[in-house]
Amino acid sequence: MRSKHFRALTVIAAIGFALAGVSGCGVNKIPTLDEQVKATWSEVLNQYQRRSDLIPNLVETVKGYAHQEQQVLTQVTEARAHATQMQLPADILSNPQAFHQFEQNQAAVTGALGRLLAVAEAYPDLKSNQNFLTLQSQLEGTENRITVARRDYILAVQEYNTALRTIPQRWIASILYPDMKVRETFTITEQAQQVPQVKF
Amino acid sequence: MRVRAWADSGTNAAAALLLLLLILASSALASQPKFPPLTGRVVDDAGVLSASTQSQLTDMLAAHEAATGEQVVVVTLDSLQGYTIEDYGYQLGRYWGIGQKGKNTGAILIVAPKEHKVRIEVGYGLEGTLTDAISATIIQNYILPSFKRGDFDAGVMAGTKSILSVLGGNSPDTGQPESSAPAVPYQPPRGVQIAIILGFFLFPLLVFSVIVFAMISSVGNRSRYGGSSWNTGGGSSWGSSDGGGGFSGGGGSFGGGGASGSW
Repeated sequence: MRSKHFRALTVIAAIGFALAGVSGCGVNKIPTLDEQVKATWSEVLNQYQRRSDLIPNLVETVKGYAHQEQQVLTQVTEARAHATQMQLPADILSNPQAFHQFEQNQAAVTGALGRLLAVAEAYPDLKSNQNFLTLQSQLEGTENRITVARRDYILAVQEYNTALRTIPQRWIASILYPDMKVRETFTITEQAQQVPQVKF
Repeated sequence: MRVRAWADSGTNAAAALLLLLLILASSALASQPKFPPLTGRVVDDAGVLSASTQSQLTDMLAAHEAATGEQVVVVTLDSLQGYTIEDYGYQLGRYWGIGQKGKNTGAILIVAPKEHKVRIEVGYGLEGTLTDAISATIIQNYILPSFKRGDFDAGVMAGTKSILSVLGGNSPDTGQPESSAPAVPYQPPRGVQIAIILGFFLFPLLVFSVIVFAMISSVGNRSRYGGSSWNTGGGSSWGSSDGGGGFSGGGGSFGGGGASGSW
């Protein structure tokens, strides 16, 4: 009876050691990095959503002072609608076409917002409006958060893709995680997106 | 079949090349600026603050952390090294790890006198109180007027008082530079509430994690935090509430919240 207990304990200990050894050689690395990619991607979506939520209020405020700028206002509203209406496929992170489409849509919003803020410069009443100033600082903060979230995502994808394509992890992944794919990353820089076209 | 999929992806040279380019691009992007050492709650790297201002600020900031657990740090920078203040700021915050780990309750007032830039960098956990709009108001109304006159002591002092006042649940204007009251009103009940709530959540969690830990030994333990390339700040969250000496970041993280200004 005592020896039975002892045997059971030995088996448990052996399993424990085996698991510890296996995790030591890095079988958990790819899933861990994959979760990190997902988390940073959620943050990117979260910040784009936050910007999207600010836009209706901003458009209303600008409209009150600069209603003759109908074209720019419409562009912002349309770009936002286009971006929010896009159905994100579940595999967007490994689907280059959908990912690029998402990036393009958000870049269009960035561009339209840049034009709107450039136009607002011409209206002193609007520029001194407290509500507009608040919205402007919120928008600036959100754009900055988007930049940070994108960069975190790029770094997470870099780490994940490198692990997936370099030797020890590549072998492990081909055996244990054959469905893990290389993830897409951002190709358009924030700087390139943010150049507003100012027309006088 | 697995082998074939593997071979397919291996022979796809175009994709590999593109990936390589992306990796190169992103590693260039990952180059970090150099950061001054975190010598205390006030790091005057640019040398623009007087000794009395520094000690007064340190006392205020230490009292605030003792009351709320939130870490606020003031830093003046010799140079932004060609980065924008937004780009530099959040990386500095992560490098120092200002704020409690997990709660990310940190904020940094960053002054770059050479570039004429100022920024309030707000950690994730304080973004709800110290919002972008409030940060912008503090910079415009309390910091920049003094900075325009070249008075960094007054601007930093007024800005810090406003930040602490907002974090204490008040509007920014209670921290007027004119009112020389050194103490900023705090709300200790909030800390007690948080402690109670934390206790409720942490105790079962503690029991649970002890059981789980005992059961599965070291499985998965190694890789849980191994992957994150940021959050480089270490140290304990609570051990740093004593004065200026031995101050260290609690391990909080930043995500670009806050506002900037220039003069």
